Amino acid sequence: MPPVPARGAQVLSVEGVHVWLSGREVLHDVGFEVRAGEFTGLIGPNGAGKTTLLRVILGLEPPAQGRVIVGGGPGATSEGAGPGRTAERVGYVPQKVVVDPDLPLRARDLVSLGLDGHRLGIPLRNRGRRQKVDAMLEAVDAGRLADARIGTLSGGELQRVLIAHALVSDPALLLLDEPLANLDLRSEHEVVALLARLTGERGVAVLLSAHDMNPLLPVMDRIVYLAAGRAASGGTDEVVREEVLSELYGHQVDVLHVRDRILVVAGPHGPREADQAAGLPEPPGRTRSRGV
Amino acid sequence: MVDTLWVATLVAMVAGAVGFFTVLRGSTFVAHALPQTAFAGAAGAALLGADPLLGIGTFAVASALGVGWLSRRGRSDVATALVLVLMLGLGGLFLALSAQYSSQVYSLLFGEVLGVSTTQLGPTAGLTAGSLVALALLGRPLLLEAVLGAAADPRGRHRRWLEGAFLVLVAVATTMSVPVVGALLMFSLMVGPPAAARHLTDRPWRALLLSMGLALATVWASVAAAYLSNWPVGFYVGVLGAGVYGTGRLWAARRRRRRGAHLAG
Ligand SMILES: Nc1ncnc2c1ncn2[C@@H]1O[C@H](COP(=O)(O)OP(=O)(O)OP(=O)(O)O)[C@@H](O)[C@H]1O
Ligand SMILES: [Mg+2]
Repeated sequence: MPPVPARGAQVLSVEGVHVWLSGREVLHDVGFEVRAGEFTGLIGPNGAGKTTLLRVILGLEPPAQGRVIVGGGPGATSEGAGPGRTAERVGYVPQKVVVDPDLPLRARDLVSLGLDGHRLGIPLRNRGRRQKVDAMLEAVDAGRLADARIGTLSGGELQRVLIAHALVSDPALLLLDEPLANLDLRSEHEVVALLARLTGERGVAVLLSAHDMNPLLPVMDRIVYLAAGRAASGGTDEVVREEVLSELYGHQVDVLHVRDRILVVAGPHGPREADQAAGLPEPPGRTRSRGV
Repeated sequence: MVDTLWVATLVAMVAGAVGFFTVLRGSTFVAHALPQTAFAGAAGAALLGADPLLGIGTFAVASALGVGWLSRRGRSDVATALVLVLMLGLGGLFLALSAQYSSQVYSLLFGEVLGVSTTQLGPTAGLTAGSLVALALLGRPLLLEAVLGAAADPRGRHRRWLEGAFLVLVAVATTMSVPVVGALLMFSLMVGPPAAARHLTDRPWRALLLSMGLALATVWASVAAAYLSNWPVGFYVGVLGAGVYGTGRLWAARRRRRRGAHLAG
């Protein structure tokens, strides 16, 4: 098992990243840090650039300017993607996984593929490996699902198994792209609590993207708020404020505290057309039950 | 007859193994298309008086690379269809130009057990060994990709050549199998057994072995039946392949019901 970075050690550093796609600047001067044992929320409306940013961190999208440093070593820079070792230090749970119900694959097989699925050759049976897989499934509270076909799992159960798959190789950084998108409130709560526990127990750094910050408020150590390709980062109280977010969005937004929830809505002077483009929810009254 | 059985055995092992990954990846359309493009190669070789196996191999590999190249961004089903119609058109032309070879062409479409000559045993054995080694090497990444798709390799570095290598494997399996079971029915050997195996076990590597075993049983039974009855092998492979799949599904459904009853009771 590779040494777990000490809590607070820098695991990811994104510095002045600009990304252009099809002649449009999708990310503008984005910079932040992620530390070991911390839970960082990457929050932003649809189209803000969350997936693009995660792709940059994975080394899939070279930034036009700026650089990404993963685990202290160089990752992607404007000269190109980083060296191959990045993949081993980063676990990734993709935005949407659709599983064929007829696929002959148990939860334990999927987790086992997380250990060495990229390697060539025939997997050998080995007690250490099996114990590692079992322990990982227990760690995500999926021990009883070990022998279930993955196609028969519920959304929340599959999400746990995918997290186990991503974590079993002991990465320093775990990226999750909208893992809460298809979960009901209870599963959402369970997955968030699970991730918070894993950051504490394993010292892994979690960077999780979501369009709604509310489920993450109790556990988030740090927030990276993305709007229209620009980012603000820091503690939730520092970032989720009217001045900061209005600046990001480029027009007035209101931050409403409703009991223990935070809603970000277009202010009275926000240009309506721009709100739609930035994916801001409509003002209260017509808003859906959740904030941004 | 002994040589024929040997060739058929090798063909079944490769078709069962390559077909397993084809079914898992959901690319059975490719397994349907490549043998048919290979048929155009056979018709072309017949026209030129060349070895049909050479024509089949060339066309199958070229089509595989064409599909891989055309689908490097976007949908592979469209690319596959494009290559398929192009090759079928060529095959039609070759056929029209060499009408006198129609009986040979017929056997390439539907397979002919006695059409397998002793000279095919050597090359077939070589191709079998090569494909099985390649599959053993690529098995894990292919399985991972079948589950997670693009996300299996988020950095996307291996994805292109993995896809290419897989398509070439399908082409090789095609080249070996078409002379035995025929271009039209090759599909049933590559899809029936693996599709049935999926229903019979939850374990991936066990399902792979089971798929090869079912393909073997299908081919042996078909060759024996064709030898005795003089009907085309392809007919038996088609019927038995579908039969194996149907039985597998029924068996899985019964097992599920029993498990459900057990849980309820
Ligand atoms: N390949 C591309 N070419 C051009 N524009 C792109 C490309 N990929 C993404 N974009 C644009 O970049 C912006 C950010 O996209 P991205 O997928 O990162 O958003 P997101 O925050 O993940 O959104 P969502 O919440 O909907 O997943 C969008 O406006 C999108 O249209
Ligand atoms: Mg996204």
